[in-house]
Amino acid sequence: MNEITQGLAQAFSLVISLDRELITISWRSLYVTLTALLISTLIAVPLAAFLVVNHFRFKRLIIAILNALMGLPPVVVGLIVYILFSRSGPLGVLGLLYTTSVMIVAQAVIITPLIASLSHQAMRERWTDYQNLLISINTSKMQRVKTLIWDSKRALITSCLAGFGRGIGEVGAIMIVGGNIDNATRVLTTAISLETSRGNFALALALGFILISLAMSVSLAIHWFGKTERGGLW
Amino acid sequence: MVMFPLNVSGAEISVEGKRLIGPINLIIKQKCISVVLGANGSGKTTLLEALHGLRKLSKGKLEWSIPNNLAAKEQAFVFQAPIMLRRSVLENLTYPLVVKQIRKSVAVEEAMHWVQKIGLENKIHQQAPLLSGGEMQAVAVARALISKPKMLFLDEPTASLDGLAKKTIEDILFSAANNGTKIVMSTHDLGQVKRLAGDIIYLHKGVVESHSSKDEFLTSPPSKAAQQFLAGDIVI
Repeated sequence: MNEITQGLAQAFSLVISLDRELITISWRSLYVTLTALLISTLIAVPLAAFLVVNHFRFKRLIIAILNALMGLPPVVVGLIVYILFSRSGPLGVLGLLYTTSVMIVAQAVIITPLIASLSHQAMRERWTDYQNLLISINTSKMQRVKTLIWDSKRALITSCLAGFGRGIGEVGAIMIVGGNIDNATRVLTTAISLETSRGNFALALALGFILISLAMSVSLAIHWFGKTERGGLW
Repeated sequence: MVMFPLNVSGAEISVEGKRLIGPINLIIKQKCISVVLGANGSGKTTLLEALHGLRKLSKGKLEWSIPNNLAAKEQAFVFQAPIMLRRSVLENLTYPLVVKQIRKSVAVEEAMHWVQKIGLENKIHQQAPLLSGGEMQAVAVARALISKPKMLFLDEPTASLDGLAKKTIEDILFSAANNGTKIVMSTHDLGQVKRLAGDIIYLHKGVVESHSSKDEFLTSPPSKAAQQFLAGDIVI
């Protein structure tokens, strides 16, 4: 209990004093996760809409795989990405190991199936309502995809927030591929892990509280801009 | 481009080996409003959806006087339970025009004209799914007619609507028919049949029992089932 109080006090002091290192680490955490989220959203949402409006042979299999991949163990993803980007790996020539770029790749791999699966679920329900109308109006496949995405936007925001939550709190994969290097690849979660192993529980807790505050602020900001739960909107 | 008549020959729709409708042979001409009558479960909705192309025929043919893909662009459908896009009334009305790549300003102008026609001028920015049942159905009819289709199908468009809402929709349908839109609609409302119908397609157990003029059908019903239907008896 004493450590939690100390952690809160230290978090408060770090924020008030605008600690340079804290700001850099927090900014890097946000940069990595938000970039991964952007990439994942651009892949996952159109993929989910495509799966909803098209019927083809292996559709159910692909959906089942996506659902299964929602629970991808980050450590395993980290290991695979590490092997791919290590000097002897197929992508080693890019020299990205232990950079924020490869951390973004690892997080994108982890959160893309989650966003795709949740988006698919949201748009499938909308498609059940809209299907006859959109076919009747003689819309093209692309127009159906656009309509579904637009009219499901608030449910899609929630899917993206779930992806953001998974990414910002993730430590296993980015620790392996980023290496937790000071001033280069250290982010809030890897810093918490490091401080805990050093026995600096108060500092680790302080970083933890800042991480939670950051995650909540981004979530609230997205809800604010998405105008969810306001007036007659969904 | 003349798309009528629509020739339906030997059309059948089956699901998992069970025949829902057919075999159906029918010729639909442009003149007058055609009403599809029949008891619940007689196949009215399935027939309308098949004519519109929402359901694939299991057997038989459906031929317009123009290629079917061109005919599909000249049609609209109003469903019994109105499907509203989760957008404003105005955006629902402009949607069919926007997907046809019509300029937004033109689409909005046209939508404003229709909004006045259905009396929802003060609700243009309201979310369409939050309208009352009658208002939603009026929006659905306006959205179907906004792209000036040559063929409009309506599946019991005024079921569960009160007199005023029913009149609004009937007036719009009359006006559309007078402007050259062919209308095929299903209904259970015999009063509406008397007010609107030019000819009547009577369905019984998935088969067209008769296709005749309104007067002919009402004065000498073609079958015992039709007699029972008109008498208000329960048709089994």
